[in-house]
Amino acid sequence: MQKASQLHDVTEMGDTTVDLGKGEPIAITAEGLAKSFPGVAAVNGIDLQVKPGELMALLGPSGSGKTTLLRLFAGLETPTAGRILFGDEDATHLPVRERRVGFMFQHYALFKHMSVAENVAYGLRVRPRRLRPSSAEIAKRAEELLELVQLPGLGRRYPAQLSGGQRQRVALARALAVEPRVLLLDEPFGALDAQVRRDLRRWLRELHDRTGHTTLFVTHDQEEALELADRVAILNRGRLEQLGHADDILDHPATPFVAGFVGDAIRLPVTVEAGWISLGRGKVPAPFQFPSGPAELFIRPSDLTLAHSTGHGTFMGKVVGTRRVGSARRAELVLEDGLPSVEVTLPLEHSVAKGEELHLNLLTMRLFQAR
Amino acid sequence: MTVAPVMGQRFTFVRPSALPGFGITLGFATTYLSLIVLLPLIVLVWRASALGFDGIWQVATTPRVLAALEVSFVTSALAALLNAVFGTLVAWVLVRYDFPGRRLLDAAVDLPFALPTAVAGIALAALYAPNGWIGALFAPWGIKIAFTPAGIFIALVFIGLPFVVRTVQPVLQDFECEVEEASATLGATRMQTVFRVVLPALVPALVTGVALAFARAVGEYGSVIFIAGNIPFVSEIAPLLIVTRLEEFDYAGASAIAVVMLTISFVALLIINSVQALSRRRYEGA
Repeated sequence: MQKASQLHDVTEMGDTTVDLGKGEPIAITAEGLAKSFPGVAAVNGIDLQVKPGELMALLGPSGSGKTTLLRLFAGLETPTAGRILFGDEDATHLPVRERRVGFMFQHYALFKHMSVAENVAYGLRVRPRRLRPSSAEIAKRAEELLELVQLPGLGRRYPAQLSGGQRQRVALARALAVEPRVLLLDEPFGALDAQVRRDLRRWLRELHDRTGHTTLFVTHDQEEALELADRVAILNRGRLEQLGHADDILDHPATPFVAGFVGDAIRLPVTVEAGWISLGRGKVPAPFQFPSGPAELFIRPSDLTLAHSTGHGTFMGKVVGTRRVGSARRAELVLEDGLPSVEVTLPLEHSVAKGEELHLNLLTMRLFQAR
Repeated sequence: MTVAPVMGQRFTFVRPSALPGFGITLGFATTYLSLIVLLPLIVLVWRASALGFDGIWQVATTPRVLAALEVSFVTSALAALLNAVFGTLVAWVLVRYDFPGRRLLDAAVDLPFALPTAVAGIALAALYAPNGWIGALFAPWGIKIAFTPAGIFIALVFIGLPFVVRTVQPVLQDFECEVEEASATLGATRMQTVFRVVLPALVPALVTGVALAFARAVGEYGSVIFIAGNIPFVSEIAPLLIVTRLEEFDYAGASAIAVVMLTISFVALLIINSVQALSRRRYEGA
């Protein structure tokens, strides 16, 4: 109901200064961390460090163990092996409520019977009396935090009266109220629609830059992870596949899994023979000293271009369909019968017909030995 | 939730809905309610009206009737409140823990529904009488349970228990454990989580359960008369007084007491319902 106003107020930050009182940001570390549930190893020996003040994304398909890893850091799960460090302190067996983590749940998990202000103030109200600020201070802080998350004056509403994006920001304000040492966000934008997601994403980045919390967030949306995070950790089947900046991950995928997972890649089983890969009635040179034998080639739409000549290193693909993607056109091509089709990005003015044969060049080589 | 009148749009009694069948379902519901509930009540009021308002007032304000009404409503309210506490506890145990015999215990909760109430009354009377298993424990201190208002209280607790358990149980079952986890990450102790987060969420269901248990207890007859002792001014309940009048062929007198009970119950339930509407509004948003 408030979508219009919400859309532009999330994009710009207010000038409120809030003392988050959290002290210096700390690193959080997992050492050989493992968690098994009956029959499944959800997290299977992970070593990972989030640096002080870093914004890191945990990216992976569903069931890759990313949420379990996040919950292990929060103390909501007990590890079956390994250690968790907060700074230099061993936090492996520290109870949840003593960890001082700000945890944001995917479905907000707001307290429905409390007003927005009461939700935000909750973490302060439940403190033991000697550590609890006065009611006036608590109310003031709740209002400051609501201003920080761009919801000033909404303190008296109830969660049911807010939109999804507003609820998510209340959840964040509530997490920040306890002066957390780290922020852990589980699919922070998972339940929101695309437009709100994009705005909140930018807003969260700005908020992070201002507050400087060590932040770890879980997502299955690679665009979100690669755009928002300082570094991205890619998880698969409870293991860490690669940890790096967006550029590393996109340009130098460390494992076949990463190569196939990011950037709309298509996996082609190929054979390398004496430094050449046979592909679509042509041959492409393999990287220097690549061993002969079966291999996996990952091709993204941006890896292919139309070849101007039919010379060495080009190959042929037969058009089986085209579609419009944003400001470009993509043609779907079959290189050899029985292989999955690949896609090539074409300029809009270049029209192709089904059944047409195109000469192609491969710009980037992502080749792994088959296991 | 007020609907702002829109210019140029005529006021309609029924707000338009996308769901079809409003007319027929409303018609059926009102007819059904009229036949099953309203018609008998109208006959009751009509019977009582033979006495006129003054007549009803006279019957209702005799000391014996007033005492019986007090016993009925006060004991019912106390029993419903006790059930609120222990019914919630039973529901909690049934939902939150898995233990051998859980299904048996779950089924046992419904027994007070299934048992003829007279049987329950006789069994309770046997237990709590001065020579019964439990009554004998209290007898040496001169405490009598059966044949006193305390006995009525126990019978009403017995028959009211399932209402609270069965209304609270499903709500507790659907309670997201993420909300409890959120409370823990914010630094709350387990006790704080239960009392500040979980129990408040159960309040609307609990109010319903208490209202049902209370209503049921007010109307209860079978189990109470066996354990109450039925001493006028002490442990005589209003429904028994009605039966007594009927046995004396004083139909008008009986219906006069009934009408008074009906009015008090209706007002009590109305109050409970508005309390509940208030507490629910918060959850679902105005």
